[in-house]
Amino acid sequence: MKSYLMFKNQDFDSNQALPDHYEDLVKDLSLDVLLKTMAAEDEFIYEISKTALLISLVDADAIRFRQEILQDCIKNPKIVRSIYRIAQLAKENKKRRWMGIFSRNPSGVLSSAVQLMLMFAELLEKLKTIADDSAHAFESEGFNQFFTMIKDELSDAYLAAMDDHLNQLSFKSGVWISAKLGKGNQGEAYNLRRPKKKYRNFIKNVFYKLSVKVTSSSFMVDPRDQAGNRALSELKDRGLNQVANALAQSAEHIDSFFVNLRTELAFYVGCLNLYERLQTLNCPVTVPKLYEPHEKKHQFRGLREICLALTMDGEVVGNDVDGDGRGLFIISGANQGGKSTFLRSIGLAQLMMQSGMFVAAEAFSTNLCEGVYTHFKRQEDETMKSGKLDEELSRMSGIVDVIAPHAIILFNESFSATNEREGSEIARQILTALLDQDIKMFFVTHMYELANSFNHHHRDDTLLLQAERKEDGTRTFKLVEGKPLRTSFAEDVFHEVFDNDQP
Amino acid sequence: MKKNSVLFKDELDSQTINGNTPVFFSDLNLDQVVEWITKNKQEYRLSSFYFTPLQDVDAIVYRQDVFRDLEDKTLRGHIQEFSGQMIVVRRFLGVAEERYYENNKMGWHLEAALVYCDAVRGLVKSLSQAELNSEGLKGCFKQFDRYIHSDEFKQFDQASRDLKSELSAIEYNVVIRGSWVRVRKYNSEKDYSREVEKYFSKFKEGEVKDFRVDLVVPSGMNHVEAKILDLVAKLFPESFGHLNDYYQQYETFMDEAISNFDREIQFYFSYQAFMDRIKEPGLMFCYPQLSSEDKTIHVCETFDIAMAEIHRRENLSIVRNDFHLEGGERIFVVTGPNQGGKTTFARMFAQLHYLACLGCPVPGSEAKLFVFDQIFTHFEREEKIQNLRGKLKDDLVRIHEIMEGATHKSIIIMNEIFTSTALEDAIFLSEKVLRKIIELGALGVCVTFIDELSTLGEQTVSMVSTVDANNPAERTFKIIRKPADGRAYAIHIARLHRLTPDLIKERVVK
Repeated sequence: MKSYLMFKNQDFDSNQALPDHYEDLVKDLSLDVLLKTMAAEDEFIYEISKTALLISLVDADAIRFRQEILQDCIKNPKIVRSIYRIAQLAKENKKRRWMGIFSRNPSGVLSSAVQLMLMFAELLEKLKTIADDSAHAFESEGFNQFFTMIKDELSDAYLAAMDDHLNQLSFKSGVWISAKLGKGNQGEAYNLRRPKKKYRNFIKNVFYKLSVKVTSSSFMVDPRDQAGNRALSELKDRGLNQVANALAQSAEHIDSFFVNLRTELAFYVGCLNLYERLQTLNCPVTVPKLYEPHEKKHQFRGLREICLALTMDGEVVGNDVDGDGRGLFIISGANQGGKSTFLRSIGLAQLMMQSGMFVAAEAFSTNLCEGVYTHFKRQEDETMKSGKLDEELSRMSGIVDVIAPHAIILFNESFSATNEREGSEIARQILTALLDQDIKMFFVTHMYELANSFNHHHRDDTLLLQAERKEDGTRTFKLVEGKPLRTSFAEDVFHEVFDNDQP
Repeated sequence: MKKNSVLFKDELDSQTINGNTPVFFSDLNLDQVVEWITKNKQEYRLSSFYFTPLQDVDAIVYRQDVFRDLEDKTLRGHIQEFSGQMIVVRRFLGVAEERYYENNKMGWHLEAALVYCDAVRGLVKSLSQAELNSEGLKGCFKQFDRYIHSDEFKQFDQASRDLKSELSAIEYNVVIRGSWVRVRKYNSEKDYSREVEKYFSKFKEGEVKDFRVDLVVPSGMNHVEAKILDLVAKLFPESFGHLNDYYQQYETFMDEAISNFDREIQFYFSYQAFMDRIKEPGLMFCYPQLSSEDKTIHVCETFDIAMAEIHRRENLSIVRNDFHLEGGERIFVVTGPNQGGKTTFARMFAQLHYLACLGCPVPGSEAKLFVFDQIFTHFEREEKIQNLRGKLKDDLVRIHEIMEGATHKSIIIMNEIFTSTALEDAIFLSEKVLRKIIELGALGVCVTFIDELSTLGEQTVSMVSTVDANNPAERTFKIIRKPADGRAYAIHIARLHRLTPDLIKERVVK
């Protein structure tokens, strides 16, 4: 039994290794803010969502599969949360009631397995009820497949038989074990047997009650005979070993079914949590439109930096860009003008989109990419200038080691650890080369030289963006297309900060 | 009827078996060798066979022939299989003996009988298929063949098998409820474990832990099992009646000749296993030609068997030596550098003769050896520091005892005697002793630092341990026939300490 809600026909592996650069991504894009909102205090949702976000899908169908499921979730949040709750209960009950299979003798294994199974059986029945009552409200392929599976596998007859077996396995009418005479006439080939019907309920059977006494073919082990009673339970253990194993393994399997269900739903519950929060912030969301990696699309309207919105707990400015056909976006202009925010919004939207999520924008369409990489300036020891450039280049080289065409790199003030001319030249060479390798790049820089050199070349695959600054020096935090300007208006910022001090 | 033995041509020989370790064993390192050889075969008590060399060429050849037959790996494998089965027979009989409950006891007795019949039939079959040339194995085969075709054996064999299949067919149910136990005939009730397994199989995904508990099958039978078995016996009275009758009739079934063969053949296997181990790096063993009269001997490419084993363990190669005595030559006088293999040579000489007289193949590619009556060794003991006079006296007392006991058929090994004595005294005493041995006509090896001994007479042969001519620090362990030359030894020692005239000049720069 498989839930298959994250992929059409494969499990979501929550333990898979994250890409080597994931720590940079988490830090540079402030993913923690996003994940905490999704998790809403559920550590498990946090972890699963993190994996889902950081391991991007590059297959449009696989993304659409999740997008549709997510739409169903948004339509039926209560039902989805109650299914998730069932999966959660499986874990919580087990923990709270100290359930688990720890015993070192088969009777013990069997009785803990029966306990566990009884608890699971109850949850499976609840799951079945939900499937019977609510499946019709779901449209996505994923949920249809899921509910059909539940109905098929957990038929009423099957659930009834499960009760019967669990009842039988408590052996109220005694354990029947067949045996053969082995070497030295010692019993062997012990095998648990199901007694024929007439013997099964012999607690109620008066004839059998009478027969529980020493007859010519039976005997009683004296309760004070410790060795004898131990021998008897050892014998019983021989008969129960196999069935105990079978049941314990089944319990493990059902346990992993619930773990699997919890895993497959956690991400969607996280999305629901985020969705509901964004609604309160008046932040638009849209199902992004996907293009294949080679298609060079990047067009959006009102793209928000979601983490900023969450942190500020309010509305934030959205950006519009028509970047179809472009491979390099150079963003320069005013300090404090929203350049870094813009850069993060690009990365976040791309990751969210490629995990199957919605995007915080009014409209968003882009090509899929082969991974998002960040190369942000690190706030290290300023005095060690050359060491810092060295560090930046080595980080760059690390990216180049693993990167593939159609990946996205977000640069934030990279290669500025040296003088501008040198930094620009280094950056120019790197960017040009990567551009020719079909890498899409967003490069935030205050290096005029660099921005200008791309301006002069008039490459039609390059788009120059400026942080908007009005005549009076106020910022709109919007980016507009335009030639680079020689100053980054540090003066403005200086004044903004210092002038307010003056009376 | 003559009792066939695979070890002794003459029944009388088997009655003179020596249970004690010969006194010279540790000097020759044969104590270790026999321990290694017999280590995995303790239950056969083989040491005494190894402690008893044969005195008669025919008796020796009798064994050599069996060794030759057993070179056939297939035959060897078959007989070893038989031995393996006999171990099981004895184990089962032991179990039967110590068991308390009759039905259990008789059950194990039956198991032993089943394996025994199988083993004997298998043995005869494999002996019949092999091409036997040795008197020893041929005699045993004839005897065993007669045995398995006897009515007695055939009936026993059939009865055992019939009884076993009757008992194996019994199937019963044990119903346990609390401490109440009931035994019933099995009435094709369904396998419930399977049913449960099948029912829950739909949840099966990937591998999970195995929850089966590794239940130790207790070696004995407890009283609860015994009671159950008694009830089973009541349910199947006829079968258990058969078991009882069978036990009465065949309580002791083992044929003495069979068990004797099983033990004696292990002597060959044990030695062969040891040879096989040593042979691996390319060393050879051969069947020596033996004489109890002719004292001209020769051996090619031989080695110390104990050292070979130690070197094998440490992955070192071992040097092989040749030697011979011709005409009136009787005694090797070995001189030369220390650690050059002199003592090893002396040991080897005695080892070879000893192993040869056990009837065993000996290290070497070719050998002609002498059937000795006794071996005497005199090795320097690592004694506590006593006054020299006391030690010298002890030495002489021991040598005197040797001379008293030795005959012209004995082998005498003298290793570095009188080392703690003044050179002149040592020369004097050594000469005296050696002359006595020469007089006696015994064979021997004398390891000494006294060159003069090597030219005592035409009976002595000078052998010298050698060093590599180019690198004297590397010892070759080759012992070759050549005149003693004390100087070579001195130069060798000097070079070892980088104290040759040249080296001193180099090191002491002016």
